[in-house]
Amino acid sequence: MDPSVRWGDGIGNAVMIGLGHYLAVGAVLFVLGVFGIFLNRKNIIVILMAIELILLSVNINLVAFSSFLGDMVGQVFAMFVLTVAAGEAAIGLAILVIYFRGRGTIAVDDIHQMKG
Amino acid sequence: MIQAFAFYLFATLCIASGVMTIGSRNPVHSVLWLILAFFNAAGLFLTLGAEFIAMLLVIVYVGAVAVLFLFVVMMLDVDFAALRAGIAKYWPFGFALAGVLLAEIFFSVVAWNVGGLQPARAAPTPKAVPNIEALGAVLYTRYLYIFEGAGLVLLVAMIGAIVLTHRKRSDVRPQNVSAQVRRRPEDAVVNMDPGVGQGVRL
Repeated sequence: MDPSVRWGDGIGNAVMIGLGHYLAVGAVLFVLGVFGIFLNRKNIIVILMAIELILLSVNINLVAFSSFLGDMVGQVFAMFVLTVAAGEAAIGLAILVIYFRGRGTIAVDDIHQMKG
Repeated sequence: MIQAFAFYLFATLCIASGVMTIGSRNPVHSVLWLILAFFNAAGLFLTLGAEFIAMLLVIVYVGAVAVLFLFVVMMLDVDFAALRAGIAKYWPFGFALAGVLLAEIFFSVVAWNVGGLQPARAAPTPKAVPNIEALGAVLYTRYLYIFEGAGLVLLVAMIGAIVLTHRKRSDVRPQNVSAQVRRRPEDAVVNMDPGVGQGVRL
């Protein structure tokens, strides 16, 4: 990132690490999460973990912007994303457990009971 | 200098842990790598000056979500090797899609830099105030209703998870609390006055 267009007086931009560095980490983690969904498309537990990675990358973006633009709202919304991620993990794993209890497998390919 | 070193350390470990999370053969290892990724993301947040979010990440994710994953992975008796069978068929398509997505994100970030937008700050970070205090000052005033809504989301998720996984088991004899509370002394104790040598009929 060009240092002359540095807007924020955030804490993070002291030496040479700019906003772009953090955005790059977030982008790579996001892409890893999407790739993980395709790679493990039979194993729904790893798919849930890949979704957690995606939400983590979103949090990195939000907090990086919050720090570099000097605006607290990003961190507030990162907290809300964290809340939703925790709820999503709990509900997803609960559904997974009752599905396993009924079927004895967690293969995603077999989930078509609700198809008409 | 130390900041750049910390950033590259945390970023490298975070991305490497992410790769191992989606690439591990054993889901238990995946969960452990996910925990390492969360720890390093917390380190990244520390370098950004967001101490509260970093601690929240360690407590909520490592302490609750990752342990929940670990419980479920160990509870389910699944042949995970069979679930990885078709991986050779899936990865070229996934890799192509991931590459396209990464290129799109890269181009959009570059375009955003060139544009030079001037954002309006909704809640400027106050100077000389700790991170937690600044966060609380915004969270409990402007975003109070959304904060309450987040609490409601957690409540609904908790009740939903309990309702979904609770089951009536017929092979055990659980404690019947209401029957125990309803039981009076008259139901249980009888005063008898047996004659000599006649005994007591039970």
